[in-house]
Amino acid sequence: MADAAFLALAVITIGSAIAALEMRSLIYGSIALMGTLGGIAGFFFLLDAPFVALFQLAVYVGSIAVLILFTVMLVKRELIFKKIEDRKRKFAGIGLMLIVMVSLGAVFLDSGIKTITTDEPAVNFRDIGTDFVTYYWPALILMGLILAGSVTGALVLARREDVENDQRVS
Amino acid sequence: MTNELVDFTLVSIALLAIGIYGLAVKRNFIRMLFAVEIIINAANLNLVAFGRFLPHAGGQTMALFSIAIAAAEVAVGLSLIIVAYRMYQNVDIADFRSLKG
Repeated sequence: MADAAFLALAVITIGSAIAALEMRSLIYGSIALMGTLGGIAGFFFLLDAPFVALFQLAVYVGSIAVLILFTVMLVKRELIFKKIEDRKRKFAGIGLMLIVMVSLGAVFLDSGIKTITTDEPAVNFRDIGTDFVTYYWPALILMGLILAGSVTGALVLARREDVENDQRVS
Repeated sequence: MTNELVDFTLVSIALLAIGIYGLAVKRNFIRMLFAVEIIINAANLNLVAFGRFLPHAGGQTMALFSIAIAAAEVAVGLSLIIVAYRMYQNVDIADFRSLKG
C-alpha cells in the first residue's frame, strides 16, 4: 500500500497537470506545469533515484519551464488569456481520457504487475555513471551532438532576416 | 519499500490520459506543448519505476537520455512556436493549416 508521501505527491502531480491544461492564463498554466515536473522529481526521490531527480529538477524545472515562461511572455496579452476550444470537442476529449484511464488501469490492475515487490537495495548511482562512460558512450556522444544541433536549429529558426540589427556606433 | 510498482504505473497512466486529453482538445500551440511534456514525464516515471523494481541501472540511464532529448525537443518546439506566431500573429493551430514559408 502506498504511504502518505506518495499520495501527497500523486495529488500534487495530477492536480497541477490538470491545472496546467485548464488554467485560464497561460502564465499560471506554465507555473502549474512546473508543479507537475517537480512532483515527478519527488517520485524519483521516492524511487531511490536521487541522481535522476536532481537532473529532472535542473533540466525541467530549472530550464524548460523557464523557457516556456519566456515564450509565453512573447505572446500578445489577449492571446494569453484567451481559451480556444470547442465545447463538443472538450466532452469528446474527456471521454477519450476516461476510456484510456479506465482501460489501461484495468489491464494493469488485472496483470501480474500487482505482485511485483522488491526488497533488494536500490541501484547505486555510481553504476549509472560507469554505464554512461563504458557501455553507453556512443549514445552519450550522439546525445551531445543532437543537443548542439537542436539548439543551433532553434536559433536559426527563430532568427529574423527582415530586421537589420546593426547597433554599432558609427 | 512500502510503495508498490502498480501505484507508480497508475499515476503514470493518469498523467498519460491527461496528456492525451490536452492534445485532443486544446487548440493552443503552447498548451499542446504542455500536454506533450506531461506525456514524456509519464514515460520517464515508468522507466525509473520499472528500473527500481527489477532492480537494474538501465531504467535510470534511459530516463536520463529521455530527459536530455526532451530538452532538445522543447527548444525546437518553442522556436517553431515563435516562428509561427510571427507569421500569423496567433497561437491557434487552426490558423497554421497552411504552413508555407
